[in-house]
Amino acid sequence: MSEPGHAAGPQTADAAPPPPRQRGWRVAWRELKRAPWTAKLGLLVVLGYVFIALFAPMLTPYGEAEVVGRQYQPWDDQHLLGTDNLGRDMLTRLLYGARNTIGIAFLTTCLAFLIGGTAGILAALLGGWMDQLLSRLVDILMAIPQLIFALLLLTIFGTSIPVLIVIIAVLDSTRVFRLARAVGANVAVMDFVEAARLRGEGLWWLVTHEILPNVTAPLVAEFGLRFCFVFLTIAALSFLGLGIQPPTADWGSMVRDNATLISYGDITPLLPAAAIALLTLGVNFVVDWFLHKTSGLRDEH
Amino acid sequence: MSTEGTSGNQGDILLEMRGLRIEGQAEEAWQEIVKGVDLTLHRGEILGLIGESGAGKSTIGLAAMAFARPGCRITGGSIVFDGIDLLAASERTRRELRGVRIAYVAQSAAAAFNPAHRLIEQFVETPVEHGIKTQTEAEADAKDFYKRLLLPDPDNIGYRYPHQVSGGQLQRAMTAMAMACQPDLIIFDEPTTALDVTTQIEVLTTIRDIVKQFDTAAIYITHDLAVVAQMADRIMVLRYGEQVEEADTRTMMASPTADYTKTLWAVRTFRKTERSERDAEPLVAVDHVTAAYGNVPVLHDVSFEIYRGRTLAVVGESGSGKSTAARVITGLLPPREGRVLFGDQELPGDYRQRTKSQLRHAQMIYQMADTAINPRQRIRDIIGRPLQFYLGIRGRELDHRIRALLEMIEMDASEFIERFPSELSGGQKQRICIARALAAEPEFIICDEVTSALDQVVAEEILKLLDRLQQELNLGYMFITHDLATVRAIADDVVVMLQGKVVEYGPKDEIFTPPHHEYTELLLSSVPEMDPDWLDSVLKKREEEGLMESVSES
Repeated sequence: MSEPGHAAGPQTADAAPPPPRQRGWRVAWRELKRAPWTAKLGLLVVLGYVFIALFAPMLTPYGEAEVVGRQYQPWDDQHLLGTDNLGRDMLTRLLYGARNTIGIAFLTTCLAFLIGGTAGILAALLGGWMDQLLSRLVDILMAIPQLIFALLLLTIFGTSIPVLIVIIAVLDSTRVFRLARAVGANVAVMDFVEAARLRGEGLWWLVTHEILPNVTAPLVAEFGLRFCFVFLTIAALSFLGLGIQPPTADWGSMVRDNATLISYGDITPLLPAAAIALLTLGVNFVVDWFLHKTSGLRDEH
Repeated sequence: MSTEGTSGNQGDILLEMRGLRIEGQAEEAWQEIVKGVDLTLHRGEILGLIGESGAGKSTIGLAAMAFARPGCRITGGSIVFDGIDLLAASERTRRELRGVRIAYVAQSAAAAFNPAHRLIEQFVETPVEHGIKTQTEAEADAKDFYKRLLLPDPDNIGYRYPHQVSGGQLQRAMTAMAMACQPDLIIFDEPTTALDVTTQIEVLTTIRDIVKQFDTAAIYITHDLAVVAQMADRIMVLRYGEQVEEADTRTMMASPTADYTKTLWAVRTFRKTERSERDAEPLVAVDHVTAAYGNVPVLHDVSFEIYRGRTLAVVGESGSGKSTAARVITGLLPPREGRVLFGDQELPGDYRQRTKSQLRHAQMIYQMADTAINPRQRIRDIIGRPLQFYLGIRGRELDHRIRALLEMIEMDASEFIERFPSELSGGQKQRICIARALAAEPEFIICDEVTSALDQVVAEEILKLLDRLQQELNLGYMFITHDLATVRAIADDVVVMLQGKVVEYGPKDEIFTPPHHEYTELLLSSVPEMDPDWLDSVLKKREEEGLMESVSES
């Protein structure tokens, strides 16, 4: 304790070990109570969004694509946030938008991590030509600006939701690959990985038992950030008309569809944008806290 | 001579600490790590601070500059340096003192030098920054000090980058840097711990000479008693942040009074009992092996044998190829020429081509237990995996076997089985590594510097444990080490290696009895002994025999 930072020096003596650790959930709860207010706020926001996404049909009397009145009705008792350019209820669209945009973004991020994370750790573990091959492939993919590349691919393959998910996932997995490879390489040179190799363990064991548990923290943090970027990419693509297609509600296209109202001083079209901004902020607060907890960014000694 | 030169200026106190208290932050609570230490240092005197890790030696050393590491704070007592109350002084005053009147030499010179700047640039920085010397004066000074510290080519060595000189040279360059402003006090924090014995002796010699030449006072921090005996005028023993005892070197070495000091003095006395004769057939034979990393040759025609129930110690300096030999045996580095025999079968050069049973019988224990076990696995999984993997043991039998293994390494099974490695001490982690190796039920174990990262008392326990296990299980050990005290304690046979070649090979008694090979002689005579006159006598002897030249070359 009193002699940190001695890389080659004698290690800790046989001092009294710390008290036994508490069980998972209780530790998590204790950590949560100690978390800064920003993290609590962020978590609240994220949970709120998840709740809305799950229970959207129960929170509103109208259907997602149902035309309920004239177009561009102002806010009133019936339609709390008015109606949109086709006379659909704005609030309803906003709630369903959460479901679509978040759901798709989440799926996409998961897929990106599955592809990028696996490839990255494999590249770190195997090294040699495999590493070269994967890394150069990723370099090529990253050389083309992401949004333009996505637009290009979407025009070629069409704009169905599965295609959208796969294309964005593949493009985003390049960033995940880089991170996974970098942190994986740091772990792959450790003695315990060598010990496992010498034991004769297979590749699958090395990845899942030796490397993965030691790189979860940075990967989870990256997951939060990636999620935001994917989310923004989808919104941007929708705004450009190549993302989620009508009549499915989506925040990106909602901004575009109702943009005319801005000229009349109405803030309604900005609400979907605000929804995006708030979620991004919330996720980032949570991720920041998580990174802080796990990466030892605080002055630990 | 180390004890002379103090009597004349006894009254002239340079540094005085009274009731020093320092707290460190652990788990978000403040804990006292230095608990009221008094320390007095006279001008030109060398005080040795000794103790195990965690004793607070370094913390006290840094406090002499009124510096506390991040996460530490000085909470009480007084520190007076040459009439200046450092704790009351402003940060500015303290900064004026640091580097100019008080200098610090860190354990790892490699980590303390900035790799992006030349040595001389870093030397010149402090005196010029503080306006004491001009650039040209400081550079001339640097060359002078390089010469005094016996660095090769003193006029030009300063223009090299830190990675272009050897570890011993770097440590001397660091000492030169500390001398740059001719300070009144230098704090040496384990300056030779990371060095080989043959390098250590030259660094010790030069440090001692230069400190005497300039009549500089020094605080010498170390955990190595034999080293401190050579360097210090007085010795202070610390434990858990408290002073155990203090006396001048000769008194301390001859008749320590505190029980703790006596136990410290008593380590290095462990000797294993004599083993039975060698079997007719070796367990593992390394047969004329030549190996290289890429195009860099590391092993040249190396041959030795490991026998059941016996320990083969492989000795040599860093870079001598000891660990590479182990990598060839384990199959991590396939040999260019030659072969490795296990019993009567030849082992495939690459570990990936070996059978499960071949892998099982060659287990390895590493130097740094910290990195050798997966921090995200519980002790149960770490020890259980080889049992599962090699022996197919599952369920209740597995639990039973893990507990038996923990018992065997003298750890309480019910207390430790569910823990993570971070909840263990250094010695305990090393025990877990031993248990993991034993779980595979191997025929022989390679121990790569297993005790060099541990305190002496803990290291001795590990050695005893390994010895007991060898007796019980009739294991063959290959013990890689640079520490000859360890070799004396546990070896049956010894291989001495130098630059990838076997210099001498034979039973321990043969190697340790003269006549020696020239290099073995150098190695043996470089191991510090507890006798305060040891360094002088060795230097004298070497001067007579002309061995000193070969030391300065390395």
